[in-house]
Amino acid sequence: MKQIVVISGKGGTGKTVLTASFAALAKNASFADCDVDAPDLHLLLKPEIKEKHEFRSGKTAKIDKRLCQECGKCIDICRFDALRKDFTIDSISCEGCAVCSRVCPTNAITMEENLSGEWFISETKYGPMVHARLGIAEENSGKLVTLVRQNAKKIAEERNKDYCIIDGPPGIGCPVIASLANVDLALIVTEPTLSGIHDMERVADVTKHFSINTKVVINKYDINFKNAQDIRKICQVRKVEVVAELPFSENVTRSVVRGMPIVEFCNDQIAKDIVALWKKI
Amino acid sequence: MIISIASGKGGTGKTTVATSLALSINSGIQLLDCDVEEPNAHIFLKPKIQQSKTVYIPVPKIDESKCTFCGRCAEVCTYNALAVLKEKVLTFPHLCHGCGGCNLFCPQKAITEGDKKIGVVEIGNSSHVQFVHGRLNIGEVMSPPLIRAVKEYINPTRSVIVDAPPGTSCPVIESVKGSDFCILVTEPTPFGLNDLILAVEVLKKLTIPFGIAVNRADIGDSSLDDYCEKENIPILMRIPFKKKIAFAYSKGLALVSEFPEYKKEFIRVYKEISERIR
Repeated sequence: MKQIVVISGKGGTGKTVLTASFAALAKNASFADCDVDAPDLHLLLKPEIKEKHEFRSGKTAKIDKRLCQECGKCIDICRFDALRKDFTIDSISCEGCAVCSRVCPTNAITMEENLSGEWFISETKYGPMVHARLGIAEENSGKLVTLVRQNAKKIAEERNKDYCIIDGPPGIGCPVIASLANVDLALIVTEPTLSGIHDMERVADVTKHFSINTKVVINKYDINFKNAQDIRKICQVRKVEVVAELPFSENVTRSVVRGMPIVEFCNDQIAKDIVALWKKI
Repeated sequence: MIISIASGKGGTGKTTVATSLALSINSGIQLLDCDVEEPNAHIFLKPKIQQSKTVYIPVPKIDESKCTFCGRCAEVCTYNALAVLKEKVLTFPHLCHGCGGCNLFCPQKAITEGDKKIGVVEIGNSSHVQFVHGRLNIGEVMSPPLIRAVKEYINPTRSVIVDAPPGTSCPVIESVKGSDFCILVTEPTPFGLNDLILAVEVLKKLTIPFGIAVNRADIGDSSLDDYCEKENIPILMRIPFKKKIAFAYSKGLALVSEFPEYKKEFIRVYKEISERIR
């Protein structure tokens, strides 16, 4: 079973559109949406939720005003500015370290577990899908990504899938690193813009740092031919293969509005290129 | 006044709006690029960097000559960043949140805080715009501490524009926290709308007033407009989908530098936001 993650560095390069297309083309695969902050894959794969699980992670401090003597030790000790001067907790700033509850001389501070989000095991017409939603203004997205990954892998193995295809988040931090762990291939989707190139290089540095097999797809390559050529040169120097160059197509937006993978929506050049890309990898 | 620019969905045009706003207002502006994982504003503003500051976070350093391996540090650590074995203490700096609990509660005072580099903050100028951004080191997991470091450079005598990262979790929260108004940049597609709704919930929880900037406004469908009307959310401006705009963007050219006719739009939005905050 091979795990393939689609990442980008820069947001909006086309990860989810591509992942959904792979889902439609793969004959025997499971899927995971690891962009737990702003998940979109479900809009194209239309999963039917079979199991819902709570994601409980981290704690938030709570002050019992009846016990509080207003000595201020908690305010002094908090490194995250989560204790307000009126001895209430800013739950958004609170990182749940519990130092305040330990220093409180009257035990007025307790730590309450957060319901930080939910994760789901669903069925789509293309195969099983694991996805999640982080709660509003919650932390620990990396942990939730890891949970999604673990369950997607488990299902893929249990059901003898050939592939687990993962829609990754943008950026290079914790959620991205969690979505990269132990994959067989990281596909970086970039665009021929200076921002796209800059961000691609940083995320390629991350995959290199973690010794992950990496390939690049240049999406919307016809926006700027010179930049597309620069990307090819950069990848050559980095010894990273550019596996496809996809043209800009207005059909992409139309397929998203329709709520289906582009390879199902139409058969224009980009759809043909994506089919060829999938065969290649 | 601090205006943050966020979105939910990546690639909607936050940096385009942030840099255009900064360049359209004639004076007294500071731009903070808080997308420390993938900073892009410098590509369009081309600032002259005058100062570079390495940013550290405190991580535990154990003095094994004093340590009795009692295990108290691991007990108090909420993040499992310490493991106490028979005659060794293991630390996992990437899990450390820098809360200070371990050194505070060590009965032997055997723990000090060493510094771990996580990235840099760079400060400079681009014509009349004061510029600050952060760049997270490759392989570092947490961006909020670096974002906090960037925001330490907020100049209260200026109008500050904060370019936030994509998403809706801690890096975004850290970036938009404390701002007087947030412009949510979106596109009229199902992805744009889906993620916008999440971003709106975040801003409501943070009680930050907001308005929408619609980019690539003539693609997609009408569901974004319907949503904004239903929820009474102001649409502050619309930027059309034009290949020439995309091409200029691809070359790292700021929208209002290439197409100065948009400046008056950004000035109008800036004035409208100032009024709304009042």
